[in-house]
Amino acid sequence: MRIVLLLMLVAHVQQLHAQTDVRKKIQTDLILVEDGDTVNIPEGVYSIDATLSMEGKKRVVIRGAGIDRTILNFAGQTTGAEGLRVSAAEHITIEDLTVRDAKGDAVKTMNVQGITFRRVRTDWSGKPKSSNGAYGLYPVRCSDVLIEDCVARGASDAGIYVGQSRNIIVRGCKAFENVAGIEIENSSHADVYNNEAYNNTGGILVFDLPDLQVKRGGYTRVFDNLVRANNLANFAPKGNIVGKVPQGTGIILLAANHVEIFRNRIHENRTVGTSINSYYITENKIRDKSYDPYPTAISVHDNDFVKKRRKATMRGRMGKLYRFKLKFGRNVPDIIFDGILDEKRKPVNGNYPGEDRICISGNRQAGFANIDAEHDFKNISRDAAPYTCLPTPLVPVMLPGQK
Amino acid sequence: MRGRTWKISASLICVCLTILSATLKRERPPLQKLSEYGFFTGQPADQQPANGMMAYRLNTALFSDNAEKLRFIRLPSGGTVPYNDSAVLDFPVGTAIVKTFYYSQDMRRPEKGRRLMETRVLLRETSGWKALPYVWNEDQTEALLDVAGVTLEASYIDVDGRKRKHPYYVPNMNQCKGCHNYSEVLRPIGPSARQLSGPLQKGGAGPSQLETWAALGFLTGLPAGEHRPAAIVWNDPSSGTLDQRARLWLDINCAHCHNPEGPASTSGLFLGVKESDPLHLGIRKSPVAAGRASAGLVHDIEPGRPEASILLHRMESTDPGVMMPELGRSQADPTAVALVREWIRSMQPAP
Repeated sequence: MRIVLLLMLVAHVQQLHAQTDVRKKIQTDLILVEDGDTVNIPEGVYSIDATLSMEGKKRVVIRGAGIDRTILNFAGQTTGAEGLRVSAAEHITIEDLTVRDAKGDAVKTMNVQGITFRRVRTDWSGKPKSSNGAYGLYPVRCSDVLIEDCVARGASDAGIYVGQSRNIIVRGCKAFENVAGIEIENSSHADVYNNEAYNNTGGILVFDLPDLQVKRGGYTRVFDNLVRANNLANFAPKGNIVGKVPQGTGIILLAANHVEIFRNRIHENRTVGTSINSYYITENKIRDKSYDPYPTAISVHDNDFVKKRRKATMRGRMGKLYRFKLKFGRNVPDIIFDGILDEKRKPVNGNYPGEDRICISGNRQAGFANIDAEHDFKNISRDAAPYTCLPTPLVPVMLPGQK
Repeated sequence: MRGRTWKISASLICVCLTILSATLKRERPPLQKLSEYGFFTGQPADQQPANGMMAYRLNTALFSDNAEKLRFIRLPSGGTVPYNDSAVLDFPVGTAIVKTFYYSQDMRRPEKGRRLMETRVLLRETSGWKALPYVWNEDQTEALLDVAGVTLEASYIDVDGRKRKHPYYVPNMNQCKGCHNYSEVLRPIGPSARQLSGPLQKGGAGPSQLETWAALGFLTGLPAGEHRPAAIVWNDPSSGTLDQRARLWLDINCAHCHNPEGPASTSGLFLGVKESDPLHLGIRKSPVAAGRASAGLVHDIEPGRPEASILLHRMESTDPGVMMPELGRSQADPTAVALVREWIRSMQPAP
């Protein structure tokens, strides 16, 4: 009994000690952990003053005591640009913890072959604001990425962001009150399913951007998600591409190819349920000669669109477009194609022949518009007939060792 | 009583065995004390190089919160390094590069004494380079390995006579590779022919260090003077044009990450001195993952308009989520900011 009391006293005194010691302990563990071992972070709220990083390890698990039990709080961070960083590693798992109020990105993993995030929460306290970090979960240049049962809130760019990676599954996650809920960028072979993206500016984004080393993504399936009421005012700092995402966007594609969007519930997104865009819609200049700015081989089928009959948000650049050019009034379309076509692909009647075509079919209550952005929105068409087709489904993503 | 002694001995043996097995399992564990390497003679704080250790100096150094640096290198006995004019010299296995960070109490009068902060050791082993940070104790008698990083306080009078006090961050061992990283392989950054082309003493008249190294037989294949890179010093206008000096500063302070093989390759911003694509240099380039660090600005570099350039904004910032470089400083470098500002201002504005 006396020993227990003594231990409690010691624990208490240690809590009062500068939390630098906690950071040092975790950081030392992350450096000294042997391949194949686990770094356990016990239950508690830890104030961390510097980036925690792990480098060059194999088959290591970083494990908290539970998504709401182990909380790494970076509000007092004085050095390092991210909360937790893992690089140049293989088969790493991060699970059962929360990263809060990181000064930059919350959890960044770079050049990791085999990275799993499970029951990890990234969060910035208070109202969503532009001074929050850019990304919550941020694997970049990774392969075999599994993000499951995670929660991302408050990111001033994307809550869950997978960039320049391949072979990816994002499932069972909740993303809310971010600018972008879930974003797949310049990545290939991604399955995004059973997630809830709600109350973001845009729910789910699939983007291909120019000027990057990993240029072309593709083969992304977005299915069985709830994409609801993504009507939050865009709070991204200007200069970032997501700053251009219109408030009230469900799913948005930018210059993406081979994307299949199906069986989603896309509800109450006030500006657009699903929009298919070329990079030209951003009005940014393209100087990357090897970049393909057109969306091709897109299929939007069997989704459930529900929306009250009311005006779009009319905010931002897109809002102006709605007000002065598109004039949809209360009859806001659920699916929009910007209508900017690649002449080299020899389009016929507003769509491409063969594999490149854009297909829209079997959706419930889906109003459509081709907004003819290429010709200053002169020939807006609500006729979806040129896009009635159903291409071969994309193949599911398989991760090593996963069912 | 005897039983108890036996128990203690047994547990001691256990501990010893555990340590021994841990030692055997790992390849040579790093030394815990800097003094164990034998890099220096006399009082450790005096930093007098021992036999085989050689001091060197770079033309343009990385800014580290005004910290001053002492640099030493030791090649293995009989070891040589071949000359090349584009990359860091490829030092042989057995090379040790040692860099001590310190603050003079008064930078205008260094003879008044100094405080050593940390010594970073780069060792070239058969498996590659290894980086080890040693932190100096309060008494300045020894520096101890600190893998997890620590925050110290720097207190000094700067070259302009101002009293300065700010945190000084010793990086954790992983963070060494945050900068010393080429395609995820750790390697030195500083000692390239371009950086060693000046004399050992700043502003001194002596021979270039390349010549000294060649004369000592360390450096092989040194070409004639006119074929070597010029000794451009970023803050010495007589050494090069504004463009040359700004580009060299960016090369030394940014390009270790911002190159196609570095950790910042994901950004598409490449600041190496040989980069010739204006877009990769950041000219009217949109940021990729800058987040709030963009500060509402649209391009990394807006020609003619430094105030509208994200690159300069991030150089000026001291917010850990915004500033660049993201490690190794808590203060801005006004002289470098002025140089890069002038460089951006000198560019022809976009029509």
